[in-house]
Amino acid sequence: MNPLELLAAVGERVLRLLQSLGHSAFFFADLVRHTPPALRRFQLAVVQIHAIGNLSLVIIVTSGAAVGGVLALQSYYALSRYGAAESVGLLVALSLLRELGPVLTALLFAGRAGTSLTAEIGLMKAGEQLAAMEMMAIDPRSRVLAPRFIAGIVSMPLLGAIFSAVGVAGAYVIAVPMIGIDSAAFWSQMQDGVDVVKDIGDGMVKTVVFGVAATFVALYMGYESNATPEGVAQATTRTVVFSSVAVLILDFLLTSLMFHTS
Amino acid sequence: MTFGYDSRVILTDISLQFPRGKVVAIMGSSGCGKTTLLRLIGGVVTPKKGSILFDGEPVDPTDQDKLFALRRRLGMLFQFGALFTDLSVFENVAFPLREHTDLPESMIRDIVLMKLNAVGLRGAASLRIAEVSGGMARRIALARAIALDPELIMYDEPFAGLDPISVGVAANLIRRLNDATGATSIIVSHDVDECFSICDYAYLISSGRIAGQGTPKELQGSEDPEVRQFIRGEPDGPVRFHYPAQPIEQDLGLSA
Repeated sequence: MNPLELLAAVGERVLRLLQSLGHSAFFFADLVRHTPPALRRFQLAVVQIHAIGNLSLVIIVTSGAAVGGVLALQSYYALSRYGAAESVGLLVALSLLRELGPVLTALLFAGRAGTSLTAEIGLMKAGEQLAAMEMMAIDPRSRVLAPRFIAGIVSMPLLGAIFSAVGVAGAYVIAVPMIGIDSAAFWSQMQDGVDVVKDIGDGMVKTVVFGVAATFVALYMGYESNATPEGVAQATTRTVVFSSVAVLILDFLLTSLMFHTS
Repeated sequence: MTFGYDSRVILTDISLQFPRGKVVAIMGSSGCGKTTLLRLIGGVVTPKKGSILFDGEPVDPTDQDKLFALRRRLGMLFQFGALFTDLSVFENVAFPLREHTDLPESMIRDIVLMKLNAVGLRGAASLRIAEVSGGMARRIALARAIALDPELIMYDEPFAGLDPISVGVAANLIRRLNDATGATSIIVSHDVDECFSICDYAYLISSGRIAGQGTPKELQGSEDPEVRQFIRGEPDGPVRFHYPAQPIEQDLGLSA
């Protein structure tokens, strides 16, 4: 390949990337535009909140408990060397609220709810259901996509809060009855050290942003998928890959913005 | 009107008319652009040249409000029904009514049951879509398409993949509904006998142009070789059996 061809190939790649970025940006703007009208028919969103929120509870609760337990064990291992074993509760709570709760919930959300959204919409497209809707003069973006978008944005913070709460409970079970840390110290250190605005608030902001990102990726991939079995399979994979990467990058950006030492 | 995707031309300079109150069939072999015609009428795609008029008004996909107002006056039956799999039979038929009207629940119920009754499936109202057969799905989709009493009903391959009884039922329904509601119907199909039994006029499309047109009787009596080949279902004729290829001797290395 001569240098000119190489340059052309690189240029084409870049152009295609920019094009798909632009396309998704327009799609996002469109989705946001269709969201307020969909709020007026909130019962449509309620059905979706049940599908992607309630039905994700099992995986969120199980994972939350496991992560809380592991955090308790690992932080006890480190803290006990400095005689600070009582701080296990505080460390676990801060890790979960500020970081692990939002991120892990978003990753689980992408795997559990995101994939099902993508597959559902991809198959609706393959079955001409979206085309049928359009022919009935009904915009699928407001009837199908917007309620799901709302449901994702509502569900994610709630799931994140549940994840963190269950994680703290899991850590308690490991730390207090099993390791033998004083229960009062476990809770009082947590109460003293956790700030409602800075820690819980920042975590909440993260879950909302991740909810928007993960749901948007899932809807976009489903709506733009090729209406074939391979197309839907590919779109589902992409949902997991893109939303996971998006969540981790956004997490870094948000953490940098929110970081304060005082 | 001419239409194509990118450089591929699908329909070349054709003109069709669908008079009010008539059942018009568009026939042709698979992949000849029949379904594309319906998409053009519905404003899903735009012609490259020429225009499409619905009741004297141009179909303009760039103006979404106008396009949606127009689509409310048409009903379309998709090839496999395109029913909403997350809704029941009843809710599928009620869907356009709920979306486009503010009718009270009792009236929606009455209309839905009447429409389902017209296709003989009032008893199936509570079934889930997964529980109905292909023929039933087509009839439910038909009930949904006529829920808002459209002025124009388009049928995309209404007979494909149906058993003989369902085909007869579907054909009868199309004619009966058309005459009862005074609507106009366009049937896209390659099922010659069924189309001829119910349509007033038919177009035969071949390689992007109109190969023949007329009443069923005129077409059956046509001497045009292309029309005859299609109507009689002869495997070879003006439409070749073989996809264009080099001579088989050459492919097999026999042409020494």
